[in-house]
Amino acid sequence: MSGRLEVMKTYKLYINGAFPRTESGRSYEITSNKGEFLANACLASRKDLRDAVVAARAAQPGWAKATAFNRGQIMYRIAEMLEGRSDQFAQEISLQTGASAKESLQEVSDAVDLLVWYAGWSDKLPSLAGSTNPVTGPFYNFTIPEALGVVGAIASIDKPLLGFVAAVAPILVSGNTAVALASSSAPLSAISFAEVVATSDLPNGVLNILSGQQSELAPWFASHMDIDGLDISGLPSDQHGSIKEAGVENLKRISAFTKNNEPGRILAFMEAKTIWHPIGN
Amino acid sequence: MSFYGLVDGSDASLRNYLKQLPGVDQVGAEARAAMLATRSIKTTSKAWAIDTAIAMVDLTTLEGADTPGKVQALCAKAFRPDPTDSSVPHVGAVCVYNDMVGIARQHLDAIGAHELPVAAVSTAFPSGRASMAVKLQDTKDAIDAGAAEIDMVIDRGAFLSGRLIEVFQEIVAIREVCGDQAHLKVILETGELVTLDNVRKASYLAMLAGAHFIKTSTGKVAPAATAPVVLVMLEAVRDFYDLTKVRIGVKPAGGIRTTKDAIKQLVLVNETAGPEWLNPSLFRIGASALLNDLLMQRMKMSDGYYASPNYVTID
Amino acid sequence: MNFEYAAAPESRSVVKIDPEYGHFINGKWVNGSSHFNSINPATEEVLSRIALGTAADVDAAVKAARNAFDKSWSKLSGRERGKYLFRIARIMQERAREFAVLETLDNGKPIRESRDVDVPLSAAHFFYHAGWADKLEYAGVDTTTAPHGVVGQIIPWNFPLLMLAWKVAPALATGNTVVLKPAETTSLTALLFAQVCQQAGLPDGVVNIVTGDGSTGSAIVSHPGIDKIAFTGSTEVGKLIARAVAPTNKSLTLELGGKGANIVFGDAAIDETVEGIVNGIFFNQGHVCCAGSRLILQENIADEVLEKLKRRMEKIRVGDPLDKNTDLGAINSGEQLAKIHELTAAGDAEGAGRWSPNCALPDKGFWFAPTIFTGVTQSHRIAREEIFGPVLSVLTFRTPAEAIEKANNTPFGLSAGIWSEKGSNILWASQQLRAGVIWANTFNKFDPASPFGGYKESGWGREGGRHGLSAYLKGSAK
Repeated sequence: MSGRLEVMKTYKLYINGAFPRTESGRSYEITSNKGEFLANACLASRKDLRDAVVAARAAQPGWAKATAFNRGQIMYRIAEMLEGRSDQFAQEISLQTGASAKESLQEVSDAVDLLVWYAGWSDKLPSLAGSTNPVTGPFYNFTIPEALGVVGAIASIDKPLLGFVAAVAPILVSGNTAVALASSSAPLSAISFAEVVATSDLPNGVLNILSGQQSELAPWFASHMDIDGLDISGLPSDQHGSIKEAGVENLKRISAFTKNNEPGRILAFMEAKTIWHPIGN
Repeated sequence: MSFYGLVDGSDASLRNYLKQLPGVDQVGAEARAAMLATRSIKTTSKAWAIDTAIAMVDLTTLEGADTPGKVQALCAKAFRPDPTDSSVPHVGAVCVYNDMVGIARQHLDAIGAHELPVAAVSTAFPSGRASMAVKLQDTKDAIDAGAAEIDMVIDRGAFLSGRLIEVFQEIVAIREVCGDQAHLKVILETGELVTLDNVRKASYLAMLAGAHFIKTSTGKVAPAATAPVVLVMLEAVRDFYDLTKVRIGVKPAGGIRTTKDAIKQLVLVNETAGPEWLNPSLFRIGASALLNDLLMQRMKMSDGYYASPNYVTID
Repeated sequence: MNFEYAAAPESRSVVKIDPEYGHFINGKWVNGSSHFNSINPATEEVLSRIALGTAADVDAAVKAARNAFDKSWSKLSGRERGKYLFRIARIMQERAREFAVLETLDNGKPIRESRDVDVPLSAAHFFYHAGWADKLEYAGVDTTTAPHGVVGQIIPWNFPLLMLAWKVAPALATGNTVVLKPAETTSLTALLFAQVCQQAGLPDGVVNIVTGDGSTGSAIVSHPGIDKIAFTGSTEVGKLIARAVAPTNKSLTLELGGKGANIVFGDAAIDETVEGIVNGIFFNQGHVCCAGSRLILQENIADEVLEKLKRRMEKIRVGDPLDKNTDLGAINSGEQLAKIHELTAAGDAEGAGRWSPNCALPDKGFWFAPTIFTGVTQSHRIAREEIFGPVLSVLTFRTPAEAIEKANNTPFGLSAGIWSEKGSNILWASQQLRAGVIWANTFNKFDPASPFGGYKESGWGREGGRHGLSAYLKGSAK
């Protein structure tokens, strides 16, 4: 028996740049795929969601106002930070999912590369998705994509890190702020990702991370009137209908995706704004 | 002098006053003018509009080739536009060069047209490029010869280079020469001012300096009396009335050749400055060929079939 | 002396209205099982009897559309599809006067607007989209070239033909087939459009038109054979449709209501601003989802603008929509008129100041004088709810930030106007406003090349331009 007891990490939520416990005081046990105890994760409540939305809403104008170059740099910085902790993240993935060390390391590399891929879109997608429109008449007319606002994400269950990054990176890169629900069964990677984010110059409140049950929280994400969009890629497809229905009250933009890297994931949470101005003197 | 209490005659006060005028959006002004041009005027309204337009015409000849004979013929036409129909009103004025004023006045008096004024273009028309002494003398001459209306040009060069006070002082000086004897029409030559912002500024400058009328053009520069330009000038006199309770007249000149053109002008007046301006004392149209087209349209309306130029007099 | 413009009515003789119409299904006219009256809202004269589409009619139309999609339309090259659209555009131009007069009779809008706006823009939409048909691979970074299949389209009564064009042109250009339902009160130009499709030789079943009311619309929404729904109308109905479509695999785009803020800064070009305000709220009797229905004036020029606005409103000519000099026509229906009366009564009750120019309204038909309410605050119903009539609510602001805050303080986000002569202020305000269409120093301008659509509860998706096209192509999101 070794003489030293391991110092275990307490996994908490990540709201407005801080790591609070759930206001509900509830937790749930996270086990390895073999059933061994790994940690007690916060079982976030709808009130945690509410607080996270308030933080995300407050942070949104500032994040959207940051230059595209700056947002891209910060996203790249997140990738740098993640790369540096590859081994730790790989180990955590293996523990939760039982994936081999090699597979887990691959997932971390994929997540890093995906962050880099999205980081580069920040100052390019608006030129591809915007347009100047040749209208009939003496008017200058152009369309620009703009961030939607506060977007929720229900991350995929299976790839605890890659699925999470694939959900939040496209939301953030355009200037949205996010409230993301980690994989319910394997939330530890997402919570550890918060530590990466916290050291990456991402302003407080831009990304908020909850751990908890999809079945409990997804309907609250859908019905929240101050969430503008929702990525439900992580939800089983038989639940998409009821979630979409619950999102109708504020005509929430709700989408699900199958591919991790596609510009459509960014554009799904952007609005097109068209501006007219006369040309004269 | 008080200048309506709006400026004190100094460069600074004039500048400040003109600077605070709201801008004109060219596209918006053009759209409004184009929309008003779609007004369809029919039957009795058209008949009324034609007679009103005839009474507003400043029947004009401004050519190097003008002769006493030509001017006398013009005067006859001005007084009795249609010799076969005495119900046709006489035009608003006869407009000629300085040296033809006396000839016109004498001939009008000779044919009994004592009421019909003679307007003289003045101040080194059309360019305005002469010394102040010449411009003053030009105006005095015209008035002495019987001109009751002076159509002066502004110094567009001075305006465009920002020497607004010079333009202003010239108008003030000419207005002094006019005194009670002649009405002063100030020609802005909007085709050289180019922008509608300049048209608005120049309109106010002229009104503040004492113009009785503001007039678009000499007729020697294109574009002349375009609808947006007239619109902006009508807005200016309307708003100036709100400020001062004084009504300044407007005279578009140049390019108004058909009855349709003239009726569009009247619609602009009616819907912009208002019906008070639908009067020869506040609205004139500087034209020559227009009169015959008005007469032909008038014949068509009374006869019910299209007229021929053979039945209107050409002088 | 007053310059009274004599009546200048456009001739009705160019249109021929049948006493009764059926549905246009699979390229043929199909008798309806029951009918309702379509009236001229300016006179209450019955124009025709319109078929009330049943679920069976919708089913027949969907089958025809599916058949056309499978057998003819999806097999056609983009170039050939485009040629049909060019043909349609040309025929609409050839029959422009007929469309304009019919639209004015059926809808109540002034002939000047149907003639100069609705009809030419409708033809332009077909021209624009015709050219897209063989270029779909260039249409965007997030679209495919695959059509959805059968598209169900439900359009409103405010721009009957133009909304048809906005819907049908991109659907056909991308290779979809269509089941379209015009609004209950305004079916006639859609039925005339069916004749255009016949003249153009469009393959049977590519465009099907089923007339009817809300029940017909709901049969379209719930039909399992439809792959995509496109709706323009009220936010209330839009949400009902969204709920119905949520559990299905149908795609959905929505163009819904608005409460557009028209912000006037102290440095604005006042005369053109006043024109823009008038155009913003009185165009099409204010039956415009993107109308500038909330005028937000900077306090330092509020009095001057209001004075000029009132003087300008005195010149608005209300009356016979067929008269070429009419500026403001009839309210489209008795039902809509009642809604306008209800909301304006709320404006009175909540203490806002009502003003209308002196204008005589015709005895018959549905009419409402151009109206402004001053002293309106954000909490008033007339500042929050869409009136969809010629009624303007006037609010004031002190600083630019306050203007934006008021403008954005609504669940809607369709349009906004900015009036200022300062370029950087215009761009700043454009950036701050949460609306899909920003008109700076202009208002209510439309173009097929210009994407149109709303933020927030004003809708999903865009219509027009490359962005609108993508709504009719399968994208990555599901």
